Amino acid sequence: MPSQLVNEYFRTENLPHIWCPGCGNGIVTRAIVKAIDNLGLNKDEICVVSGIGCSSRASGYLDFNTIHTTHGRALAFATGIKLAKPNLEVIVITGDGDASAIGGNHLIHAARRNIDITTIVFNNNTYGMTGGQYSPTTPTGDKGTTAPFGNIDMNFDLCELAKAAGATYVSRSTIFTANMLIKQVENGIKNKGFSFIEALTICPTYYGRKNRKGESVDMMVYLKENAINIAAYDKLPDEQREGKFIIGEIYQSSRPEYTEEYQKIIDSFSKGV
Amino acid sequence: MVEKKIKLMQGNEACVEAAITAGMKFYAGYPITPSTEIAELSAEKLPKVGGRFIQMEDEIASISAIIGASIAGVKSMTATSGPGFSLKQEGIGYAVITETPCVIVNVQRGGPSTGLPTAPGQGDIMQARWGTHGDHSIIALYPWSVKEIYDITIKAFNLSEKYRTPVILLLDEVIGHMRESIELPEADEIEIYNRKRPSCLPEDYKPYRVKEGDLVPEMAGFGEGYRFHVTGLVHGETGFPTSNSKIAEELVRRLVGKIEDNKDDIVETDEYLLDDADIAIVAFGSTARAAKSAVDTLREEGLKVGLFRPITIWPLADKQLVDLSKKVNRLVVVEMNVGQYYLEVDRVAGKYTKVDKYGRVSGELITPQEIVDFIKEV
Repeated sequence: MPSQLVNEYFRTENLPHIWCPGCGNGIVTRAIVKAIDNLGLNKDEICVVSGIGCSSRASGYLDFNTIHTTHGRALAFATGIKLAKPNLEVIVITGDGDASAIGGNHLIHAARRNIDITTIVFNNNTYGMTGGQYSPTTPTGDKGTTAPFGNIDMNFDLCELAKAAGATYVSRSTIFTANMLIKQVENGIKNKGFSFIEALTICPTYYGRKNRKGESVDMMVYLKENAINIAAYDKLPDEQREGKFIIGEIYQSSRPEYTEEYQKIIDSFSKGV
Repeated sequence: MVEKKIKLMQGNEACVEAAITAGMKFYAGYPITPSTEIAELSAEKLPKVGGRFIQMEDEIASISAIIGASIAGVKSMTATSGPGFSLKQEGIGYAVITETPCVIVNVQRGGPSTGLPTAPGQGDIMQARWGTHGDHSIIALYPWSVKEIYDITIKAFNLSEKYRTPVILLLDEVIGHMRESIELPEADEIEIYNRKRPSCLPEDYKPYRVKEGDLVPEMAGFGEGYRFHVTGLVHGETGFPTSNSKIAEELVRRLVGKIEDNKDDIVETDEYLLDDADIAIVAFGSTARAAKSAVDTLREEGLKVGLFRPITIWPLADKQLVDLSKKVNRLVVVEMNVGQYYLEVDRVAGKYTKVDKYGRVSGELITPQEIVDFIKEV
């Protein structure tokens, strides 16, 4: 029987989902819904915008105002929605390829504007929907169907990218540290500005198999053993940082939010000047 | 007597004025010659009427943003020129399949590629029709004067709302930048059409169900309590994706049919001295202005020549073209390209009459004298 959370927030008529056995996307999607539930938000005022890819299919399962857009453009659609109706709580669900390859330009500009959108990137290090090609977050040396001899690209640190571009809330968690992820989504939504949350997930079907990472549980264990909280990471000597990655709330700042700034311009004309 | 508002206005400016009159409350764009004034004036005017403007990071982002805004319930527009129009095609296809009303202005310049940025062209006629992938139909309108830009911009919004479809407004560098005195209509003289919104309870709402007797599904906006889903994937009445072959066939045929089966409502054409004409020039946009002048010159020389001017470029005015081809001995399609609209005219009218083409792709306007010479010589 579906849980109370599923009954309340999922379009159960559209389940089961299309994700493969062992995929981590369900854990990330649950974390988003749990965060919304914890915040007690009104479903009618939530708009979930997604792009194209495995993760982006989540929007169709969720009982909010939902839109599954074109590849890479979720943030551009979301910007139009947020600016047209600033009262909507706009949440973007995207993947690593969607957000940082084809949608990379939209990501940095949404961050630069500090528009009040919460973006959750389901990072599985691969293009899963198309069968396991290497993505901008596939670690250098790892394989994909289009990197049969190993990926020679340097992989992105998406959080550093979002921070540098101007996001005012930046965090990373994993599907193993799901409770941390829930809290981060809550804080991201609460942040009045552009929030960027990287959720490290797993693709045992393609990335895992191609790189001999074992089964789903093995990949989760890998996330558990190599994720280090930011406070602990800062204290680690360089040689112990090798192969590790930071989780936690990486960056927070405060600066004017885009739709509020635009509203000031509108108000300056409606005050009968 | 009511004093009429007479204004000296640029074509691009008339487009913005009319868009705001039609109810535009959102504009997203990216700078590109020769359409930039449309963005600049939208930036200046929209916040004064409670609307919003944003300069996006690129053309794809711009059309994506206006589609998002329209689904949120707000009338939206973007404007561009050739290179940007190529980038808009992704979004146009999305607006077609999701049935999202929006207006895309293309102030045409010389192409292909960066081409001739400050010179007029009419080389995007076929791109307007077939630029986005997949089977679809499209509405594209092309005025020829500043006053008509005003009227046709309003019509573009009205058609987009009525048929829930992207509407392409074709201008060209000449009519976009030209200034003319125009008499603005009074508010009560303007008909504004707004999308039909659902009246049912949210739990009964099917976002893609067409009610008996309706042209298109009723359209709720995000945040209005209906909590529906939108996708560029093939979808049934519920809006959720499906690969059901019957639903796919029905969807594409309905999207094409809602436009092609309503040409009587959508297609607008104009004519000049065609009643007794032996020869009809077919032209649109700035070229039609030269063609009209050529008609006058040829008439003075005793030739019975008239002008047929499609204002609706797509869907094709095939009925009107066939009727015309049965009355005249010759059709001469004049356009600033190597013969795009000509292909369609020849296809539908070629079996009834001789169809010639005259074109120019130099970035210079086609002059009346060139048309006169061509008609007399060929």
